[in-house]
Amino acid sequence: MTRLNWFTFSSPATFYPLAGKCIPWLWAIAALFGLSGLFMGFFVAPTDAVQGEGYRIIFVHVPASWMSMLIYVVMAGWAAAGLIFNTRLSYVMAQALAPTGALMAVLSLATGSLWGKPMWGTWWIWDARLTSELILLFLYLGYIGLHSSIDDTRRADKASAVLALVGVVNVPIIYFSVKWWNTLHQGASVSLTKSPSMAQTMLVAMLLMTFCFWAYSMAVALQRARAMVLERERYTDWAQQLPEIRREQA
Amino acid sequence: MKAMWSIVQRDLSLAARRRSDLLTLLFFFLVVSSLFPLGVGADPQLLNKIAPGVIWVCALLATMLGLQRLFAPDLADGSLEQMALVPAPLVGLVTGKILAHWVLCGLPLVVMAPLMGLLFGLPTHALWMLAWSLLLGTPVLSCIGSIGAALTLGVRQGGAMLSLLVLPLLIPVLIFGSGAVIAQLSGLEADGYISLLAALLLLSLTFAPWATAAALKIALE
Repeated sequence: MTRLNWFTFSSPATFYPLAGKCIPWLWAIAALFGLSGLFMGFFVAPTDAVQGEGYRIIFVHVPASWMSMLIYVVMAGWAAAGLIFNTRLSYVMAQALAPTGALMAVLSLATGSLWGKPMWGTWWIWDARLTSELILLFLYLGYIGLHSSIDDTRRADKASAVLALVGVVNVPIIYFSVKWWNTLHQGASVSLTKSPSMAQTMLVAMLLMTFCFWAYSMAVALQRARAMVLERERYTDWAQQLPEIRREQA
Repeated sequence: MKAMWSIVQRDLSLAARRRSDLLTLLFFFLVVSSLFPLGVGADPQLLNKIAPGVIWVCALLATMLGLQRLFAPDLADGSLEQMALVPAPLVGLVTGKILAHWVLCGLPLVVMAPLMGLLFGLPTHALWMLAWSLLLGTPVLSCIGSIGAALTLGVRQGGAMLSLLVLPLLIPVLIFGSGAVIAQLSGLEADGYISLLAALLLLSLTFAPWATAAALKIALE
């Protein structure tokens, strides 16, 4: 048995076809989980005793908030991998994740304010959680901005990787901010240590939506990474051999 | 260590020969913070209430102004590359640059801020707290700011980019710094905020020089 070499797929030439094969599956998983999660969320989950029907936005709000934080950590992980192993593809992955993460942060803020209006009576409140989500969005924008303002790709990759690592210090602050300044935002409803304070069906719907968001983010990030790989490697031999490139040139 | 002190000396003597840079910064701080009473009205109670936040934000912006000059002139005249070639570790030299930046930009603010607080009608005990929180907070601004300054070296629209990168990272400092003064004003314990500021200071002193040195090496590649 040959030993699995983890660096095999860090080469753009092997990554490109692999990602191409994964993407349709990820889209299918995202659609499956998304549809079943929305069905559970809208038709099966009971009406909340306090918040009525309005709470149902939680099925988008919570997964989006989770994803926005997770993607930042994953992005920083890829950035660190890039700096440590000096693999080009790691930087590509980090850069490919950033727009999706920013989108999730925007989604989380937008759904949060839509939820806040009927529940708290205000679109926005300078509460710790909301503010730190906003800061997270700024961090994403800073990352994207720095990358796009440096023309040399190698330098842009490395500089934004350092920025991502510096910014990741902020993610735990976001998480613990609830405990530091407890204000209007309700505490986390789902926790690993104590039993969740919500109905079983609500939880199932939320988890289904979370998986949907995971699959969606992976699909979109891989698709973006593929496009970026092509853009960066367009003059290499393997890229010239690709059927889609040949068709373009013919 | 010796290399670090010589960098500090060099930067301080350079600044002493171009005093206008330093004065511009202080003047900026004074002008911007005195715009607020003109903007929101001269109600003493309101001014008293917003003073900690306003003064802290102005200190933050004044520091940003100084950060643009942290590495850019050295890059322009080539001395930054010479520093990177020095056999002493780059981290030490960067620490020296940060220290000099704090002495030039942070320390004057610590001295000036209570004066501004006086104009906003803060009581004496709050003025002390303001100076104390700035004394702990401004080095953090220099530390984290230096990372941004190194990352944006030679970048298009570097100044705007620098603020975009660094200001979000500085928000915790702002929260704890002005929080300490607000707590003091309303008669609460400010110790917690001061401890958090000190923790941020230690954290950024430990990590920021490394990150800045790494960013400088990328910029000089």
